[in-house]
Amino acid sequence: MYPNNYRYTKDHEWVVVENGVGTVGITVHAQDELGDIVYVDLPTVGATVAKGDTFGSVESVKAVSDLYSPISGEVAEVNSALNDAPEKLNADPHGEAWLIKVKLTDPAEVESLLSAEDYQNYLKG
Amino acid sequence: MSNSAESTLQRTPLFEEHRALGAKTIDFGGWDMPVQYSGIIDEHQAVRQRVGLFDVSHMGEIEVTGKEALQLVNWVATNDASRLVDGQAHYSALLYEHGGFVDDILVHRVNEEHYFLCVNASNQEKDFAHIVALNRFQAEVRLSSPDYVQIAVQGPKGVPLVQSLCDRDLSGIKYYWFVDDAVAGMSARIARTGYTGEDGFELYVSPADGPRLWRLLLEKGKEFGVTPCGLGARNTLRMESAMALYGHEIDASILPPEAGLNWIVKPAKGDFVGRDAVTALQESGISRKLCGFEMQGRGIGRDGYSVLVNGEAAGWVTSGGPSPTLGKNIGLCYLPVESATEGTAIQIVIRNQPVDAVVVKTPFYKREKS
Repeated sequence: MYPNNYRYTKDHEWVVVENGVGTVGITVHAQDELGDIVYVDLPTVGATVAKGDTFGSVESVKAVSDLYSPISGEVAEVNSALNDAPEKLNADPHGEAWLIKVKLTDPAEVESLLSAEDYQNYLKG
Repeated sequence: MSNSAESTLQRTPLFEEHRALGAKTIDFGGWDMPVQYSGIIDEHQAVRQRVGLFDVSHMGEIEVTGKEALQLVNWVATNDASRLVDGQAHYSALLYEHGGFVDDILVHRVNEEHYFLCVNASNQEKDFAHIVALNRFQAEVRLSSPDYVQIAVQGPKGVPLVQSLCDRDLSGIKYYWFVDDAVAGMSARIARTGYTGEDGFELYVSPADGPRLWRLLLEKGKEFGVTPCGLGARNTLRMESAMALYGHEIDASILPPEAGLNWIVKPAKGDFVGRDAVTALQESGISRKLCGFEMQGRGIGRDGYSVLVNGEAAGWVTSGGPSPTLGKNIGLCYLPVESATEGTAIQIVIRNQPVDAVVVKTPFYKREKS
């Protein structure tokens, strides 16, 4: 369920890096905890994000949750399809419902993130 | 979510049922309660279209009995209980002397010497102490919450579902009336009341019978499309119906005229606690008023967010969220009376960003009466 080539945070985000660009999303566990997702607030292209800082929010019927960036860089692309279809985050959070693509300023940051195995162990507590 | 923290929370007698159904539970006023099973939106739609089952055993019950039970109820609660006959219920409120809410309650008249009050879970001890302190009548007051499991069966198929387990014809029980009879052989108080804006019943049974009744309703309910529902859907359903929730629309700082609840205050019945304060406010006129809003810009106005009128802070959101029935983001807020009119442009401050909204009439949703 958790792709081995992705890296994860304890805040339940994932990132996968290709050619210096990191695609960021939330995990299956995160969407399951949130329940029906009804709203997504994402940054604009060109905004800078820093590792560990909030870059947006997702809202379920009941609550608002901040999104924390797993990596630092400049937002190169935003998944604006989620504005009209936030429920995709429940259906396919590791795929179609990615959130942002970030041009990494420090690719080494990724190494400090959790592997799929570490993350699943973390979930088990 | 450590186990030690969970163990301090209270559980209803149906807790193991919820666990078996895979419910997600949350701490709701000290109770470990299901917030959802299949999903809030799915559960919400089930209640609007078919029938939903809610464990609301966390609600409190208070029995007022004795020769002067009516006098005590009419002294502590705002509505006129002398108008109730046996088997009839009404919505009412307990107020402080200054007119603010202690709680909102349902008053059921079992007989002339027995009134049965259903009160909010997290207020039950406070309500009980409040009533006891004001009891200067020949009446006894008992906090009887542990005696009941309460299951709400709500939705257009709610009446047929309960009927399928009852010998007695339930069609004669009108809205806000109740009978003490049996459901599937289990003694039950069967009340045609609810907190969803739909038809249905609230069933009060013994804790010993509770799990069996819950399972029977689920089993028998299959043919009616029954869905177990959590507090998440209960909240979106009551919000669409613009029903007050204590701690949100009403609390000790709010008086009934401000909350649009003059209709449950009956000064003509004689004196009662809070009467002078309420009638004084009714005469002088309110300065703020509860009203509904609908988001126009992107965003969801939520409880506690600030509301702007002409760019100035003017009020606050009491409840807000998506309306699954309307497909819009809605909410309730307090506004100065001059702004609390349909069509007024307002802004809700969402994460420091003012987002456009408009005042709309409530309720947001009203079922078609059959």
